[in-house]
Amino acid sequence: MKRALALVFLSTWLAAPDVLAQGKLTIITTTEDLASLAREVGGDRVGVEALARGYQDPHFVEAKPSFILKLQKADVLVAIGRELEIGWLPPLITQSRNAKIQPGGPGYLDGSLTAQILDIPQGQITRAMGDVHPLGNPHYWLDPENGKRIAKALAGKFSELRPNDRSYFEQRLAGFVTRLDEAEKRWLAIMAPFKGTKVVTYHRSFPNFAERFGLDIVGYVEPRPGIPPTPQHTLDLIREMKRLNVKLVLIEPYFDSKTPNAIGRATGAEVLVLPPSVGGVKEAGDYLALFDYDVNLLASAIRKTGAH
Amino acid sequence: MQVSSVVRASVVLGLLVLPVGANAQTRGDGLQQQIEQLRTEMDALRHDYEARLAALEAKLAEVQSTAPAATPPAAAPAPPTTAQAAAPEGQGTLPVYGAGALGSKIFNPDIAVIGDFLGTGGRNLVAPAPALAMHESEASFQAIVDPYARADFFLSFGESGVDLEEGFLTLTSLPGGLLTRVGKMKAAFGKVNTLHNHVLPWADRPLVTENLVGGEEGLSDAGISVARLIPNPWLFLEVTGQVLRGDSEADLFRSSRRGDLSYVGHLRAFQDLSESTNIDLGVSYSRGHNAAGIVDGTDIGRFTTELFGVNGTVRWRPLRRAIYRSFIGRTELVWSRRQQFGGRQDAMGYFLSGDYQLARRWFGGVRYDRSERADDATLFDRGGSVVVTYWPSEFSQVRGQYRHTRYAEDSAANELLFQFLFSIGAHGAHPF
Repeated sequence: MKRALALVFLSTWLAAPDVLAQGKLTIITTTEDLASLAREVGGDRVGVEALARGYQDPHFVEAKPSFILKLQKADVLVAIGRELEIGWLPPLITQSRNAKIQPGGPGYLDGSLTAQILDIPQGQITRAMGDVHPLGNPHYWLDPENGKRIAKALAGKFSELRPNDRSYFEQRLAGFVTRLDEAEKRWLAIMAPFKGTKVVTYHRSFPNFAERFGLDIVGYVEPRPGIPPTPQHTLDLIREMKRLNVKLVLIEPYFDSKTPNAIGRATGAEVLVLPPSVGGVKEAGDYLALFDYDVNLLASAIRKTGAH
Repeated sequence: MQVSSVVRASVVLGLLVLPVGANAQTRGDGLQQQIEQLRTEMDALRHDYEARLAALEAKLAEVQSTAPAATPPAAAPAPPTTAQAAAPEGQGTLPVYGAGALGSKIFNPDIAVIGDFLGTGGRNLVAPAPALAMHESEASFQAIVDPYARADFFLSFGESGVDLEEGFLTLTSLPGGLLTRVGKMKAAFGKVNTLHNHVLPWADRPLVTENLVGGEEGLSDAGISVARLIPNPWLFLEVTGQVLRGDSEADLFRSSRRGDLSYVGHLRAFQDLSESTNIDLGVSYSRGHNAAGIVDGTDIGRFTTELFGVNGTVRWRPLRRAIYRSFIGRTELVWSRRQQFGGRQDAMGYFLSGDYQLARRWFGGVRYDRSERADDATLFDRGGSVVVTYWPSEFSQVRGQYRHTRYAEDSAANELLFQFLFSIGAHGAHPF
């Protein structure tokens, strides 16, 4: 028994104390979009890393132990929130052994708290509606206005943790907002002639994008959120698309393109892989590049198909 | 009102016609009396009708006046459940459901219930299971206790009786990177022992678990668990030490004195081989007093059981198609050293399994089992399974499993297991 006790205690106390980075703030974000915004605001005073890749479905990330190591060393954890990461982030946080980034801790930031959230369900909701997000649509980062709000929240959080660098973060925030404002004017100008273009999307990933840039989402490839396409729903969707003359189907890079392609062939619509996240395609390397890529891709597709 | 005027006219007409006809047929005092009687009856009837008609007219008018106002909202195509653009500009605050006195509900734990229905067909003389069973219903209650801890309760309801499957406090912010659990928990011996029924890729548990690690309940006990990460530049390395009371339901361990604690040690190594492939390895050790030496309620033998385990998992999941394709290969080897009257029995068992995701909702798997018996290592059982699982949604699963087992008693069993798993309530974490 003594031997076993010794084994238990020896094994648990083994190893050197943690090494904490004292200079740069270590920022871990759940998605690459948040990572890009954190880099814009934090500059060279922060080290930023994202857990999920931009080309993977952010609802279904694996809670790998290698992520625990990243979270253990984090000063700040930035999450999208609205239950987007509910399937994988909570167990990682619990096992992180990091008091700072526990929900409610000084290093935990939910990006959705200052953003404009769409699709907040009203009244009774049940899972018969599919995997609905009871706190609203979590794909809110696809609106530059929300990008500014998240950036502001990040600057606030960084300044709180590194008060000496407050002016640095605020300066970087101001610079980013100016660049984003200019770019947004450009994007809006590109999209202005196509206001009201009817589109169909795979998942409900684009409500904020559609609202900002004047797209009219008239249907979804998924019959209900999180439920894969069914033959009946696909037929109904094709009929509806023909009736409304919809010429564009937008899909996220992580969904199977088989059904969207079949819908495209039946309706003559173009199927466009539109990355909803930074890193979704190589060209969308940061937050500004993501919108550049998406807006230009959309505009040229609308021109080509005469969708408007 | 057309209807009412027609009725009124016919009533009046009837009043006129009746007396005339009556007069023409008979003459006499009795006749006059009868006429008077009829007249009063008719008057009563008329009053009654008029009152009813007035009421009907009033109702009709009411309906007509309100109808035009009621139609536009009914015709509006707004879906009743998801209002677009519900939040005003920049208002991301979380919605509060209910107010005032209901505010305290916000702190209620996340509650979920998972149902596990299991059916078994075929013949098994050694370990027969009921044809149809509501195998287990697990209720979970999970919440953050305070800035320092969270609590998780899992109650399992059989068809009769409730059991505390797990119930523990996790201290999340202890210094020194120690992740500490206090309560009743599934011991960190290997991988399968830590998993709840509903996250297993099979409808049953492998033979090695049944024979050597305490079966379905397994190594599950009250105690304290401490886990620490070992910093190193190469891989994820976590060591877990647990001190438990020394009892487990299937009599794997039995504590007859306060000092008969059981101990579990586990070392876990994890490494990403690439973005889509990773490997998860573990070695485990456990020791506790067994029930073999208990005669008439007294532990005269003071026998112990030692368990050694090695487990390995290889996962492959291409990130771009993560929701459609994946493969998980699992293996677990267990050696048991059980003291008993007549000497020590050294038994060994293992399983080897692979699960492949064919499509978003379809999974296929195979498993090979072989295990000696803990109390008589000369006896061994072996078997194999083929499993197909269908996920209608993230919240339910339907599973079919064909299982062939050849028991040591030279008895073969061919069985078909089918299982329905369904979850309601809070969205739990996906198993890893």
